[in-house]
Amino acid sequence: MTGETLIYLALALPTLGAVLIGLTAWNANLRETVTLVTATSLFLIVLNLLDRFMGAEALATAPVHVAPGLDLAFSIEPLGMLFACIASGLWIVNSVYSIGYMRGNREPRQTSFYICFAIAIASTIGIAFAANLFTLFLFYEILTLSTYPLVAHKGNDEAKAGARVYLLILLGTSMVLFLPAVIATAVIAGTLDFTFGGILAGRTSDTVIAILLALYVFGIGKAAVMPLHWWLPAAMVAPTPVSALLHAVAVVKAGVFSVLKVIVYIFGVEALSTAGNATWLVWVAGFTVIVASLVALRQDNLKRRLAYSTVSQLSYVILAAAILTPISIVGAAMHIAAHAVSKITLFFAAGSIYTAAHLTEVSQLDGIGRRMPWTMAAFAIGALSMIGVPPTAGFLGKWFMLSGAMETGQWLPVAVIVVSTLLNAGYFLPIVVQAFFKAPGKEVKAHVKGEAPFPIVLALTATAIGTVALFLLPEIPLALSRMLAGG
Amino acid sequence: MILSNLPAIQVVLPLLGAVICACVRRGVIAWGVTLWVALAMPIVAALILAQVYDGTVISYAMGGWPPPIGIEYRVDIANAFMLLLVSAIAAIVVPYAKQSVEAEIAPENHAWYYAIFLLCLSGLLGIAITGDAFNIFVFMEVSSLATYALIAMGKDRRALLAAYQYLIVGTIGASFYVIGVGFLYSMTGSLNLADVAGRIAEIENSRPVLAALAFLTVGISLKLALFPLHVWLPNAYAYAPSMATVFLAATATKVAVYLMLRYFFSVFGASFVFEELPVTEILMLLSLAAMFGASIVAIFQANVKRMLAYSSVAQVGYITLGIALANQAGLTGGIVHLFNHAVMKGALFMALGGVAYRIGSVRIEDMAGLGRRMPITMGALVLAGLGIIGVPGTVGFISKWYLGLGAFEEGWWWLVLLLVASSLLAVVYIGRIVEVVYFREESRLARKASEPPAGLLVPTLVLVAATVYFGIDTSLSVGVAQRAAELLLAGVR
Repeated sequence: MTGETLIYLALALPTLGAVLIGLTAWNANLRETVTLVTATSLFLIVLNLLDRFMGAEALATAPVHVAPGLDLAFSIEPLGMLFACIASGLWIVNSVYSIGYMRGNREPRQTSFYICFAIAIASTIGIAFAANLFTLFLFYEILTLSTYPLVAHKGNDEAKAGARVYLLILLGTSMVLFLPAVIATAVIAGTLDFTFGGILAGRTSDTVIAILLALYVFGIGKAAVMPLHWWLPAAMVAPTPVSALLHAVAVVKAGVFSVLKVIVYIFGVEALSTAGNATWLVWVAGFTVIVASLVALRQDNLKRRLAYSTVSQLSYVILAAAILTPISIVGAAMHIAAHAVSKITLFFAAGSIYTAAHLTEVSQLDGIGRRMPWTMAAFAIGALSMIGVPPTAGFLGKWFMLSGAMETGQWLPVAVIVVSTLLNAGYFLPIVVQAFFKAPGKEVKAHVKGEAPFPIVLALTATAIGTVALFLLPEIPLALSRMLAGG
Repeated sequence: MILSNLPAIQVVLPLLGAVICACVRRGVIAWGVTLWVALAMPIVAALILAQVYDGTVISYAMGGWPPPIGIEYRVDIANAFMLLLVSAIAAIVVPYAKQSVEAEIAPENHAWYYAIFLLCLSGLLGIAITGDAFNIFVFMEVSSLATYALIAMGKDRRALLAAYQYLIVGTIGASFYVIGVGFLYSMTGSLNLADVAGRIAEIENSRPVLAALAFLTVGISLKLALFPLHVWLPNAYAYAPSMATVFLAATATKVAVYLMLRYFFSVFGASFVFEELPVTEILMLLSLAAMFGASIVAIFQANVKRMLAYSSVAQVGYITLGIALANQAGLTGGIVHLFNHAVMKGALFMALGGVAYRIGSVRIEDMAGLGRRMPITMGALVLAGLGIIGVPGTVGFISKWYLGLGAFEEGWWWLVLLLVASSLLAVVYIGRIVEVVYFREESRLARKASEPPAGLLVPTLVLVAATVYFGIDTSLSVGVAQRAAELLLAGVR
C-alpha cells in the first residue's frame, strides 16, 4: 500500500467509523465495538506511517485542485507525525474511558456523542497531515464544528451558553483573524504550502510580518492565548471525556500545533529570529503562562482549575516556540506530547471522581485518596508531570525549553518557567496532599463508595503509565522533535 | 436547425409551455408540461455555454431582422453563465414543486401557477439573453408581473400585501429603468446595447448620459434589492409559496445583478463608471451596509423564511462588493457568488419548504426540537447554513476567498476584516436556528413531524450536495466566473 493511500485511509477510517456508529446505534455494545475497532485500526495505520516516515520514505498525496491557488493536499512532516500519533493513540484510551463514563453516568444521546468524536478525530488527522494552509484551515474549522455538539452535549441552558461562547470565540478568531492572515499570506508569498524555512522571508516588511504573526497567534484561537482563552473554561460544561478530548487529544493540541507549524513552516524559525519581530510573542505567551496559573490557584471547581492549567501549559509551547532556537523548538514539540498525556490523566481522574462520587470541587476532596487510590495515584502522577518533576514526561519539555532559553541568554522565559513551576506546585500539590494525607471529609464519607467503573480506571492507569513511560522511553518523540528543529 | 436557433428556443419554449399550461385545467398535466420544459432548459443553456466558452460571442437576430434595428440576442460567457444558472435552478425546482404546490395552493389554481412560473422563467431567461435595451424592459416586466402573481398565491394572507408592495416598488424600478433607456436612446439613437456601447464613448460625460446611468442604476438596484432599496424582499420571500421562494431567491436578484454587470462594464465601460465616477465608493458603502445591517436584522427574526430573506439581502451585498472592487479577483468573487448563493439559498429554502410541508409553519419556535424528527432535512439546513457562514469546504468559502483576494489586490486590508466580520453575524443567526432545532424540547407542531416525501427531499439533497461539491471542485463555477470577469473588465461586447 502506498503512503498516499495510507494517508487517505487514515482520514477515511474515522469518517467511516462515524457512519458505522450511526448505523449501529440500536445496539450499544456493537456501537462501542465499532468505536474501539476504528480507534485501534487508526492507531495501527498511524504507526505504520510512523515506521515509513522514520525510514525516510516521502509520504504525501497528490494535490486536489479546489481553485487556482487553493489545493487540498497532505504530506507528513515530523510535527504532524508526532501529533497524529498522540491523537490516534489517545483516542483509544479516551474511547475506553468514554464507555465507562457515559454508561456510568447514564448520559443521553450517546450515539451522536461517539459520532461527533469520530469526526473530530478525523479532522484532527486532517490538521496533522495538512500540506498547506488551506487544508489546515479547512480541517481546523471542521474540528470546531464537530466539537460544538460535544460541548453542548448535556443540552441544558448552561451547556448551551458554554457551547455558544465556545463556538463564537473559536469561529470568530478563525474567521476574523486567521482567515485574513491566510489570504494575506497567499497574496504576499504566492503560495500556501508549508515549506521548511518559511515562505515569507524577504517578501515583505518586518512590520507586516509581525502583524501577520499576531494575526496567526490570536487567530488560532484553539491555542488559547490570552485574552482569547475564554472558550476553554466555558467549555468545561461538557462531559469529562469531551474535556479530555478538548484538552489533551485534539482541540488545544491542534491549536498549538498550528501555531508551531506556522512558525516553522510559514515564517521560518531562522527568519523570525534574525528579524527580531517576534519578541512580543515571548511577552504575550509569558503573560498567559503566569496569569492563567494565578487564576487557576483561585478555582475551587476541579475542572476549571485544570482548564486554566491548560491555558497556562499551552502558552509554554508558544513561549518555547517564541524563543526561536532549535532546542526550544524541540522543547515545544516535546511539551505537546508531554502535556497531552499528563492532562488527559488529570481529566480522567476528575471525571472518575465525578462518576464515582459526584464531587466536583477541590474542597470536597479531603481524604479521597484512601477510597479511590488508583484514581488519585494517577492524578498525582499527572500533577507531578504538570509541575515538571522527573520521572514524568513534563520534565522533558521544560528541560529543553529552559536549555533553549538559557542558551540565548533570554532571562524572561527562564523567569516565567521558574515562577510558573512554583505556581503549578501551588495549585496541584495541595490536592494530592489533602487527598492522601487528610482524614476523609464529610462529602467523601457520604458519597465515595469506591473506585469508578473499571473502564475508567483502566484508562487513567494507562495514561498515567504513559506519562512515566514517555519520560523513560522518549526516543521517538525526541527524534521527531529534533527532525522538526533541524529540518 | 435547432442548434443555430438555440437562443430563440431558450426563451420561446417556456412561453409556449406557459400557454399550454394556461389552456390545461388539470394541475398534474400542467406540472408535467412544466417539468418537460424545465428539464430541457439547462440542456439548451449548456449547449449555448459550450459555444461561447472560448470567448466567442453569439449574435442571433430575432426573426431574422438584423440589428441594430431588429432585436438581437447577444450571448457571451457572462450571460451564458446566467442562462445556465437560471435554467439549472428551474430544473431542480420543478420536481420539488409538485408536492409543495399541492400542499400550499388551491387545486383549481395549480395550472395557473405553473403557467405563471413558466412566464417568469421565460422573462428571466429573456433578460439574460437579449442584447436590446427595450427588450430587456419587456422581459423585465414579464418576469416581474409573473413574480407578483406567484407571490400573491402564497397561503398566508400577508402574501397579497407582500405582492402588492413588491408590485409598487418593482414598477417604480422598471420605470426608472425605462427612463434610463429613454435617455440613452435620445443620446445615441439606438436601443441595441452593443451599438450604444460603441456610440457612447464620445458623449460619456454629458448630463443626459449621466442621468441615464443614474436612473438605470437605481432601477436595477431596486430589482436586485441593494440596500436601502431592499424593503420589498423580506416580505416577498417570507410569504410566497415555498417553491416560489426557492426559485426567486436563487434567480430573480441574480438576473438583476447581471443587468448591472452588463450596463456597468459592457455599455458604459469600467473606466468611466469606476474611475471617473464614485460608483466604487457608493457601491462599497451600500454593500457593507447591506452585509452588516441585514445580517443584524436577520438575527432577530421570528420567521425563519424572513430571517433567510434578510440573509439574502446581506449576501447580495457580497456580490455588489465584488462588483465595486472591479478587479479580476473581486469580480470573479462577485460572479461566482451568483452561482454559489443560488445553490446555498436554494437548498435552505427547499429544506424550509419541507418543514412547512410537514408542520405547516416556519416560525422558529414551531421548529423547536425538529432535529430529532427530521434529521436529514435539518442536517441539510445546517450544511447549507455552513455555506452561508463561509466554512471552507462549502461554496460560500470560495466566494469569500476571491472577494478577500480582490480587496487585498486594492490594498484595502480593512475591507477584508469587515468582510470576515460580517460572516460572524451569519454564525449568530444560523447558530440560533441550530440551537432551537437541536437543543430544545419539541414544540407542539414538531411532535407530529417526519421527513418530507422524497419528491421534496431529493432536490433539497441535490442542492446541498452541490453546496459541498462546488466548494471542492470549482473548475466549472470559478472557471466560468474568471473568464466572465476577464471579458467584462476588458469591456468586450
